[in-house]
Amino acid sequence: MMRYQSLLNFTFLLFVTAHLWAKPIVICESCEIKSISEGIDRAIDFDTLIVKKGTYKEFNILVDKPLTLIGEGYPIIDGEKKGEIMRIVSDGVTIDGFFIINVGTSYTTDYAAIRVVKSENFLIQNVVLEKLFFGIYLEKSNYGKVYHNKIIGDAKDEYNSGNGIQLWYSHHVEVSNNIVQGARDGIYLEFSDNITIDNNKSTNNLRYGLHFMFSDDDVYTNNLFENNGAGVAVMFSKGIIMKGNTFRKNWGTASFGVLLKEINDAEISNNTFEENTIGINIEGSNRINYKGNNFINNGWGIKVLGACYANAFTGNNFLYNSFDISYDSKLNDNVFDGNYWSGYTGYDLDKNGIGDVPYRPVKLFSYIVNKTPEAIVLLRSLFMDIIDFSEKVSPVFTPDNLLDINPLMTKVQ
Amino acid sequence: MLKILKYSFYDLIRSRWSYVYFLFYLLLGFVLLFLNNDVSKAIITLMNVIIILVPLISTIFGIMYFYNSKEFTELLLAQPIKRSSIFLGQYLGVAGSLTLSLVLGLGIPFVLYGLFKSDAIFDFSLLLVTGAFLTLIFTVLAFNIALSNENKIKGFGYAVLLWLFMAVIYDGLFLMSLIIFKEYPLDAFSLSATMFNPIDLSRTLILLKLDISALLGYTGAVFKKFFGTDQGLFVSMLMLILWTVLPIWRLVYVSKKKDF
Repeated sequence: MMRYQSLLNFTFLLFVTAHLWAKPIVICESCEIKSISEGIDRAIDFDTLIVKKGTYKEFNILVDKPLTLIGEGYPIIDGEKKGEIMRIVSDGVTIDGFFIINVGTSYTTDYAAIRVVKSENFLIQNVVLEKLFFGIYLEKSNYGKVYHNKIIGDAKDEYNSGNGIQLWYSHHVEVSNNIVQGARDGIYLEFSDNITIDNNKSTNNLRYGLHFMFSDDDVYTNNLFENNGAGVAVMFSKGIIMKGNTFRKNWGTASFGVLLKEINDAEISNNTFEENTIGINIEGSNRINYKGNNFINNGWGIKVLGACYANAFTGNNFLYNSFDISYDSKLNDNVFDGNYWSGYTGYDLDKNGIGDVPYRPVKLFSYIVNKTPEAIVLLRSLFMDIIDFSEKVSPVFTPDNLLDINPLMTKVQ
Repeated sequence: MLKILKYSFYDLIRSRWSYVYFLFYLLLGFVLLFLNNDVSKAIITLMNVIIILVPLISTIFGIMYFYNSKEFTELLLAQPIKRSSIFLGQYLGVAGSLTLSLVLGLGIPFVLYGLFKSDAIFDFSLLLVTGAFLTLIFTVLAFNIALSNENKIKGFGYAVLLWLFMAVIYDGLFLMSLIIFKEYPLDAFSLSATMFNPIDLSRTLILLKLDISALLGYTGAVFKKFFGTDQGLFVSMLMLILWTVLPIWRLVYVSKKKDF
């Protein structure tokens, strides 16, 4: 039975491929078919369309059959700012190798360079987008892949710009190896579960490098988020895994590396937070494991606001942050254990690599600044150093159980 | 006046303390740059030292010099020289040699480590300018205290108290009032409170020039809006000049009337 099945599959595949290779529809400026829309009209299911190098002034291209569109030598599709450029409404569509420019801007419709609507098994790769409103917009589309695209926006204001890659009610999608810059939000997810975001570079975006809400069980690995307006914001989601990402240079009065709001049961490990005003800003997030992260040269390493319970911080490096941890309440239900703190001044007499004196990561000054933000003008004054020291010796204001009992003497590698 | 200035200046230049002070800054500059090799990072660390140490040393040095050269001053008073030139000359001699030690002591290592090639040159010159102003201000304040107190112990006590007040207690009171009145908008208040203390003013000026200002949040934005503009810089420089000129005026005024 199995054998018969595989044989059948094989013949089917042979048939399909033979069919595909038999009739590739070629589109070029001097061919019989001069536009992509016309090519799609003439094609039948599972055809391959080869678009030769050239400029195609088209918009509202509707891909309503399972087709493979391949651009040769990066043909330019110029939307002339008239509206949406490509809309995919069929399963099994592949878009490969296009250069799409001039998406229309609208205040009522989210025009996108490529929009996928209620379709499955799509693949969008090697596409370059410039002068865009929204870039790649996935709407209620599952099991697809957005791979190796380059999206370069020139967003100036939040109200008239769109997102680089946007997923809305789309599940099981893989977004990897993309470069997004100069959009409003680099990568935006809403109501999208089981997404993999891997190895993307989201830089210089107007608002957030990555922004997601109500999107559960997503995995974010090895991405770079640099110099975005406000960093990365993740909200109202559970079961998130963030590993090996780098959050850098989100530097400004209201910027942070990552903002976590109502994130529960997540794992945040081996990430690097460098030179952000706030490394991680945590609000109402519970049961998160922070492990092996590096917090380097941030204003605040971690800022904890509101109710955050049962979080564990273990094996992290806190290096040269102005404030390692900031708390706004006297209550602490989070565990700090076995981290390395560059501000630790204790000793290790038994030479086991663990400091003999517990470390208190919350300074009195950071407590005061939480209560009265204006007090920040006293940053780096002698008075503050003195009261920080006295608080360190005998804690009165900061939570007295907030301490790392086993501070490491050397950095976690 | 110039002769007395010259005399005081050369006297101090030849004295051991000027060298110690100069060598201290030289060493500090070299060590800082040796340890992190980054000119702009070294400036931040240096700021902490400057805003604490410069006022302290200027105060102590000024008051010591005044009391030590008291006999010489009395000798000069017997000569047909204007009183204002005697005291101004001495003051400028002390303040000048201290400023020179500071500028040279910090300038040399930074220039050797490639200050002119880095873009931190403006921050560094601001640091030196505020350092020089702090020297001028605290020396003249010390001279004023010494002039008003014949008793050396009392004078020393007041001088140290002055430094302690400006460097520590003022900030404490400032913070207390911030906490007590936190229900009210405090931006204008904190701005003016900063203006009235030369140490705080210097610290804020340098902090805002460095990119650490993003830490300061909303308040920082208000501050940045004020100090970041040319007008803000102008007003703060004016405040520093006022802090220098008013005590000098008092020094001259009191010395004219004083019965030695």
